[in-house]
Amino acid sequence: MNQITNEGLILACSAIGAGIAMIAGLGPGIGQGIAAGQGAAAVGRNPGAKGDIMSTMLLGQAVAETTGLYSLVIALLLFYANPLLSRFLKL
Amino acid sequence: MAILAAEKTVDFFIHELIPYNFFGQTVYITTTHVCELIIILGIIVFALIARHKIMHAEEVPRGFQNVVELLVETLQKYVYGSMGKHGTKCYVNYIGTIILLIFLCNISGLIGLRPPTADYGTTLCLAVISVIMIQYNNIKWNKWGAFTSLFEPVFLFFPINVIGEVSSVVSLSLRLFGNILAGTVMITLYYSLLPVFVKIGIPAALHAYLDVFSGAIQAYVFTMLTMVFITNKIEG
Repeated sequence: MNQITNEGLILACSAIGAGIAMIAGLGPGIGQGIAAGQGAAAVGRNPGAKGDIMSTMLLGQAVAETTGLYSLVIALLLFYANPLLSRFLKL
Repeated sequence: MAILAAEKTVDFFIHELIPYNFFGQTVYITTTHVCELIIILGIIVFALIARHKIMHAEEVPRGFQNVVELLVETLQKYVYGSMGKHGTKCYVNYIGTIILLIFLCNISGLIGLRPPTADYGTTLCLAVISVIMIQYNNIKWNKWGAFTSLFEPVFLFFPINVIGEVSSVVSLSLRLFGNILAGTVMITLYYSLLPVFVKIGIPAALHAYLDVFSGAIQAYVFTMLTMVFITNKIEG
């Protein structure tokens, strides 16, 4: 069996870390689903205000999505611009 | 099938094109600069044509003049809804510029460019400009209250309040960057890893959701949040 190099170990653990980071996509999914449900109920109660309700709902959902995006940025960073590898190679 | 991903390289990176020397450091003109220049030239041409048409305006508008008047009225109504009369007079130009630039940058994936907002440098600069605007209003309308409000409600809340102010920059820039980069990555993967016969017609739906819809919502959210923060500081 081949030796596992140090570089390979760092890359492998970064890949596992990126996968674990994307578990944070669960939160925005649930939160935005609940917000969409409340929006639909509000439109059912007051069909005339549909435009206002939809704008408010979209604004709230885009703000709630932010934490899911933070985890996506970390995952992409670990794959394509790995700071740990560049720090290791300088040592 | 498993070797498919390893053979083709997916390329959604930013390429450095022309190096030049800036105080001893080598910096580059990148693809982001080129794409953003193309979009800005497009906006300037549109603005010059609109100016020429408005100077020879007709009483009952038709065609191009109609579209331009519709855009201006929609923008003014949008800003008035959040900022009131005084805010509209001061800020409708800035908000109009930002929303037009961000929206056109986001949908430039349809023309074949790599969206400039998929580069963190662009979005960070936009967020910093917005936050400078917010803090300027904070100091102008609250004077010393801008500093003492960092110590409310209890003296020990000072670090939390400072982080709250700084987090506006981080969240505004990362939200726009993450959304557009995610769309760009997914569309590049789709185009580079699948055979030709699924690339006719079906990518239109992907582009429609990821580029157009997502881009429009992110432009709306960026400007809406800027306006809400400014209004909070004016009334605070």
